[in-house]
Amino acid sequence: MFDTLKSRIYQGNQFIKDIKNAQMREQFRGLPKLCNSKCNNCEACLNICPTGALKLNPLSIDMGKCTFCGACKNACKTGAINFSNFYKLSATSREKLIITENMTEEEFSKVAIEVKKEIKKVFGKSLKLRQVSAAGCNGCEMELNACSNVNFDMGRFGIDFVASPRHADGIVITGPISKNMAYALKDCYKSTPNPKVVILCGACAISGGIFQNSSELDRKFLEKYPIDLYIAGCPVHPLTFINGILGLIGR
Amino acid sequence: MNWIKTKNNTKVNLNEIPTLKINDLREEIISLNKRPVGFFGKDWGYGTTKLFTILADDQNGDLYISSALFEQSEKEYESLTQVLPSFHIFEREFYEQFGIKPKNHPWLKPLRKNQKDYQFFEMEGEEVHQVAVGPIHAGVIEPGHFRFMCNGETVYHLEIMLGYQNRGIEDLIVKHPTNQLAESICGDSTIAHNLAYSKVIEILKETKITKRAQLIRTLALEMERAAIHIGDLGAIAGDIAYLMGASVFGAIRTLVINTMLEFSGSRFGRGLITVGGVNFDIDDEKIQRAVKTFSKVEKDVERMVKTMLKNTSVMSRLEKTGVVSQEKAHEIGVVGMAARACGIVIDSRFDFPDECFKNLALPRKIFKGKGDVNARFQLRYQETMESLSIAKRILEMLKNGYKEEVFTQNENLLCANSMAISITEGWRGEVVHIALTDGNSNLTRYKIKDPSFNNWYALALAVRNNGVSDFPLCNKSFNLSYCGNDL
Repeated sequence: MFDTLKSRIYQGNQFIKDIKNAQMREQFRGLPKLCNSKCNNCEACLNICPTGALKLNPLSIDMGKCTFCGACKNACKTGAINFSNFYKLSATSREKLIITENMTEEEFSKVAIEVKKEIKKVFGKSLKLRQVSAAGCNGCEMELNACSNVNFDMGRFGIDFVASPRHADGIVITGPISKNMAYALKDCYKSTPNPKVVILCGACAISGGIFQNSSELDRKFLEKYPIDLYIAGCPVHPLTFINGILGLIGR
Repeated sequence: MNWIKTKNNTKVNLNEIPTLKINDLREEIISLNKRPVGFFGKDWGYGTTKLFTILADDQNGDLYISSALFEQSEKEYESLTQVLPSFHIFEREFYEQFGIKPKNHPWLKPLRKNQKDYQFFEMEGEEVHQVAVGPIHAGVIEPGHFRFMCNGETVYHLEIMLGYQNRGIEDLIVKHPTNQLAESICGDSTIAHNLAYSKVIEILKETKITKRAQLIRTLALEMERAAIHIGDLGAIAGDIAYLMGASVFGAIRTLVINTMLEFSGSRFGRGLITVGGVNFDIDDEKIQRAVKTFSKVEKDVERMVKTMLKNTSVMSRLEKTGVVSQEKAHEIGVVGMAARACGIVIDSRFDFPDECFKNLALPRKIFKGKGDVNARFQLRYQETMESLSIAKRILEMLKNGYKEEVFTQNENLLCANSMAISITEGWRGEVVHIALTDGNSNLTRYKIKDPSFNNWYALALAVRNNGVSDFPLCNKSFNLSYCGNDL
């Protein structure tokens, strides 16, 4: 008993006080910074990108496909591609994840998330989510678990993962959606009461990511149902996830 | 010669591998009686199939390779599982992928596909009932289906149906081999899988990487082991409702993975390892900070584990729960951490060491475990402390010497007509990657074996005669990978 108390006092409070302005380590690869004028069209980046996220003329990176591996940055001899440590990488529409030259952090924060009045009204104070791992590699899953740990403490905002879709206000999908998970995902969606939100978490869920050419996927679900939020990353950092959700519910 | 004998991290010419008749190969496997690490087919043209077998001699660090050719008309053979149960899952996989039936296999069920055809064992009796869980679970974890045959609270048998995660990753690697794909085989063993993949490709490209790069790779592997073990100590604490442990271990794990973020830009070390070395060097300032962090982590883990294990209500949940006997574990071919917890001496870092690990000349600590949750908890604690001390030692080495490049450029084609094997000890156990090339230096087959592939059945055995409510605890104490199994 006393040992437990001692351990508790020794650990102190470790939660990040200001999630919205938390400091990220500079090595983190976040929002791409592109420079067209430095690009000499050598295509080294195109050849090395494992997911086809890059386009030239003008240079752009699709964060919905990008695994943030940094291979393009290493391959680029002219320094046209860089990654900042900006971690708020969520958007309410798919197109906004495509980053071109002029995109700054301020600009991206401003335009990426359009708060819908209805979502803010219904879920603004509390949002309970059911997570479905549809062939996710356990990277995003571990990071989503970390969202609820003592450092990130997502629960303080009234956002939690719940055990059943029946208790949930929405579902979070990770992974590229394998054929074998397609029906379970649909079942889960149907079991969630209306109104509900659908959130795609990570490059795999958004575009198939590194698995986009696999013959074992079945992504029809995404054509059928509306998606409310896209959260980029591979895997998604807990700060990216929490800030994305806070943005979605207008907080 | 019916076998070709080789070592870990080597390649052999495909033409040198003996090709036997399946019945002869079967006799050979039974008489050699070693642990299987590879048992997979390859389409050999004109409707024929070649079955490659790789057996591991852990005591001497040798690998034995042989093969058998199935003609188009040969569609069955007498199963090995009847004699050597450790082949059970390998034969199921081979059957699923090539349709060649192992006759008299006791449990020939789908592994990754056709889940509708899956026939569960059924028990009958007045008070017998089934509990079905999954594929979507209550927690934020990967999908899989569990079917418990219970009598009241007691589990008689658990059947595990997987395959939901199947992404066809072996084919994807053959078509477009990249490090990023290898990193996504199993997101909690990013380093282990990427390391095994990089080594296989380097062997085929005949690339020699620098000592510094090797050290950074070994450092990353040990950091991954420590981080996941600490996280799982927390998860075990969480599953017995000892929330103090869950919170504290969770916070400590953050320190380790954030150090990884400093080294590589990703909390799980994505983008760190590449074919030819590593992408990031570690400067002295980072080394200093990391050494300090690891010392704090060591102290914190020790403190929390001791506090936790003093608690009798904790011990009553951990001890004698989820027991797998050493004999059973050996019989079904359990590997890695789960096997060590049963008292089996197996660790591919020592059995099949790479150059870097051999040079570290670390003493091997034998763990005397009883195969229960407590043993797996204690083993994780011991391995965490070991890994942190190895990590600190490597950091000192990096600071004091080995000032060289961390990346070696090599544009060679892959060696033609070869098979390369690399075994790496991830935190769960041996990660085996095997690559085959054709005469034009193209990859034609890529085989991955995650330790979970061997170990899922151990979980099924562990929960027998336990309360169904202890299942989460047993499960977390193994923490097996779904996608590592499903590929």
